[in-house]
Amino acid sequence: MVAAPSPLVGEVTRRLATRARWRPYEYVFWLAALASVFLLPGKHLILTEIAWLGLFALSLDLILGYAGIISLGHAAFFGLGSYIAALLAKHAIINEPVLALIVSGLGAAVLGFATSFLVLRGSDLTRLMVTLGVALIMREIANQIPEITGGADGLQGVTIAPILGMFQFDIFGHVAYAYCLTVLFVLFLLARRVVYSPFGLSLRAVKGNPLRASSISIPVNARLVAIYTFAAFYAGIAGALLAQTTAFASLDVFSFERSADLLLVLIIGGTGYLYGGLIGAVIFKLMQDWIANLTPQYWQFWIGLVLVLIVLVGRDRIGQWTSAGRALFERISRRFARNAMPSLAGKGEGR
Amino acid sequence: MPVVLETVDLEKHFGGIAAVAGVSLKVEKGARHALIGPNGAGKTTVINLLTGVLRPSAGRILLEGEDVTALEAYKRVQRGLARTFQINQLFLDLTPLETVGLAISERLGSGAQWLRLVGTNPVVVEEIVEILDRFHLTDVMYERTGNLPYGKQRLLEIALAIACRPRVLLLDEPAAGVPEDERHEILATVAALPADVTVLLIEHDMDIVFSFADRISVLVNGALFVDGAPEEVARDPRVKAVYLGESLDA
Amino acid sequence: MLTILFDGIAYGMLLFVLACGLSVTLGLMNFVNLAHGAFAMAGGYITLVLVNRAGLPFSAGLVIAFFVTALIGVLFERTLYVHVYGRSHLDQVLFTIGLVFMSVAAVDYVMGSQQVFIEIPSVLQGRFELFGVGIGRYRLLIIVICGLLTLALQLILSNTRFGSRLRASVDDARVARGLGVNVNAVFSLTFAVGSGLAGLGGALGAEILGLDPTFPLKYMVYFLIVVTVGGTSSITGPFAASLLIGIADVAGKYYVPKFGSFVIYTIMIIVLILRPQGLFARPAGR
Repeated sequence: MVAAPSPLVGEVTRRLATRARWRPYEYVFWLAALASVFLLPGKHLILTEIAWLGLFALSLDLILGYAGIISLGHAAFFGLGSYIAALLAKHAIINEPVLALIVSGLGAAVLGFATSFLVLRGSDLTRLMVTLGVALIMREIANQIPEITGGADGLQGVTIAPILGMFQFDIFGHVAYAYCLTVLFVLFLLARRVVYSPFGLSLRAVKGNPLRASSISIPVNARLVAIYTFAAFYAGIAGALLAQTTAFASLDVFSFERSADLLLVLIIGGTGYLYGGLIGAVIFKLMQDWIANLTPQYWQFWIGLVLVLIVLVGRDRIGQWTSAGRALFERISRRFARNAMPSLAGKGEGR
Repeated sequence: MPVVLETVDLEKHFGGIAAVAGVSLKVEKGARHALIGPNGAGKTTVINLLTGVLRPSAGRILLEGEDVTALEAYKRVQRGLARTFQINQLFLDLTPLETVGLAISERLGSGAQWLRLVGTNPVVVEEIVEILDRFHLTDVMYERTGNLPYGKQRLLEIALAIACRPRVLLLDEPAAGVPEDERHEILATVAALPADVTVLLIEHDMDIVFSFADRISVLVNGALFVDGAPEEVARDPRVKAVYLGESLDA
Repeated sequence: MLTILFDGIAYGMLLFVLACGLSVTLGLMNFVNLAHGAFAMAGGYITLVLVNRAGLPFSAGLVIAFFVTALIGVLFERTLYVHVYGRSHLDQVLFTIGLVFMSVAAVDYVMGSQQVFIEIPSVLQGRFELFGVGIGRYRLLIIVICGLLTLALQLILSNTRFGSRLRASVDDARVARGLGVNVNAVFSLTFAVGSGLAGLGGALGAEILGLDPTFPLKYMVYFLIVVTVGGTSSITGPFAASLLIGIADVAGKYYVPKFGSFVIYTIMIIVLILRPQGLFARPAGR
């Protein structure tokens, strides 16, 4: 093949380069998040919850939206990360929170790796059952060793040392929020990189047609194990953030309700584009806050109703609305950018 | 010519039924080998066994002399064995660009890279464009595969297998389901395959078979019936009896 | 030890009556109904109200619970479930989880959150000795009723026209439709009966399993385990699985209290690793 490269090569390279380019709505999202640190000091407690919940939902999106694995027990990794972080702090094994965070994530990743083989085979129902079973086993283990985990009362007496030795957690949640938001942002950047990599593309192929994927030499099982472990790492870190910002860990980190609520969070925001979990977390928490003020006891009823309605309306239709919304947003912001800053304007893909 | 693909007494049972019974097939290097037979004869099952989608009940499969009977499907592709499917098996949400690019980067061993961005390897991009150009897909390469017309999808199906740079290519009815006016493009593509690529072709259309193949194997009820040069097979009265009632271009 | 076996059998048969509706629903329409436990809970609370508050005899309470729950099943099926039949399993899971949450909260609101007890007739209370084995009267009743129900189900399945229609539909719905079987009607009726049985099981089981608004969530796993281990293409599969799980759970909790709860989860995971389609399932035509 000695001929000069076709002129198409240049165009294709440019086109592929725009694939991973940051879209306008992404800038807006993160600028708003950064602004909230300074402009909404009174809301930092709930914003902290949104941050780790968003990370948790992001981790589920990695396996559900990108690899097509349905899980009813993602809380298993979240909970393990939570308890590891709490125990590391309580027994002063690792005092520095960031280090403890990483260790907690790694612990959850080990569990993810160990259980990943269970979700490789079988139908959707099998995967549901197995993931549910693993989460329930984790909960039962935690329940059966109260001398370590505090059992049904939860793990008491946890104190969290200052972050990097400098930033002590305060009761208003300022440090906690900045901490969670930073962790979320860093991990988000990493996930974004992974998703736009050849590995990420192969996951989408595996999700779309596993038979054909293996027919073009993609080692399907190896890729699924890898993303499942990676997602478990993220979920564990989210759980650790919860433990560190509340200085507490209890059995309900493993509960079925937590896994089910997580599905709802991700479904509200939409799967497969990374921001679904984050947007869903915002909407879910705001909804929860609002409903809890109205009827604190029976909030589960309204959550159930939302789930039913979302399914009845159709996730596809909601997905169409959100992607139409994003496309509209993109058109508006591109026009704005073209008028205000001509250098920023350029052609991009619809996703 | 050396034998690049061989089965030894290959068998596959489903419950009590023998879909493939004692098939010993030899495909020579560079051959244009056709596998024909009535519907339900087990041709696609043989392909599925060869590629590792199904595990044989008995027998062995040898690829370039290596026993691959227990080898996983994706590893056989890495060893140079690729196939197309009778009904398109494509990634409907991906574009042809992404699809072919995926096959190429996997083949080059960079498919597992998780920190590099797609499209930053110029070698891969050049090859993607070359293949898409060869298969006349450059005008639709940014479209979602699911939105493409069937003829284009079929071309992509074959392009995808070619992107794996196979030494042995198994084509399962490449022209199946393609509208009459688009068939010739498919067939021209098949005819233009490099001479050093060994091709095993399943086909029903006898015109295609006799114009393309230099060797024909006839499969009936899961067993190899007749195996030889096209003239021999065409003259064999047993073959005509098996195809009783079917016209030559069925 | 035989008492443990006896208790395990009673527990297992109760589980079977509770879960068989779910098994057939899944096998017939490929529909994952996580809200199945809500019907059991409904049956339990209906009997509670009838027996404790209205003073009806226990047996009447059981029978009425069956029919009322079956009716609720038909209602829900025709108005709600019918919209999600063709959907993905994820959609069905989300939908039925939503229903569970709603029903749990609703019952909590109406009946309160504490555990409740149905007044059992005194003749069913206590236990007696038979060849040195402790036999609980109530558990004996459970075994008898569930045993008769299982027999009846098996007879209906194998000896009636409805039964053969049902078996055909489970095996391959498309072909059954092609043969003139009204699969949707079969399904509605089956769903009703399955829900009714769940309600009956809930009423019967209140004494042993405990009845409170979180019942559907607590026992959802057990039903799902029965279905996954037993497969969905027969009655005998879930029956054997229920017995296995009932005995394993009771024995596990008795002999190794610390790890008793893990026994059934472990069984489930092992079965799913080795045979993803269930221990007793036949490969289906679908």
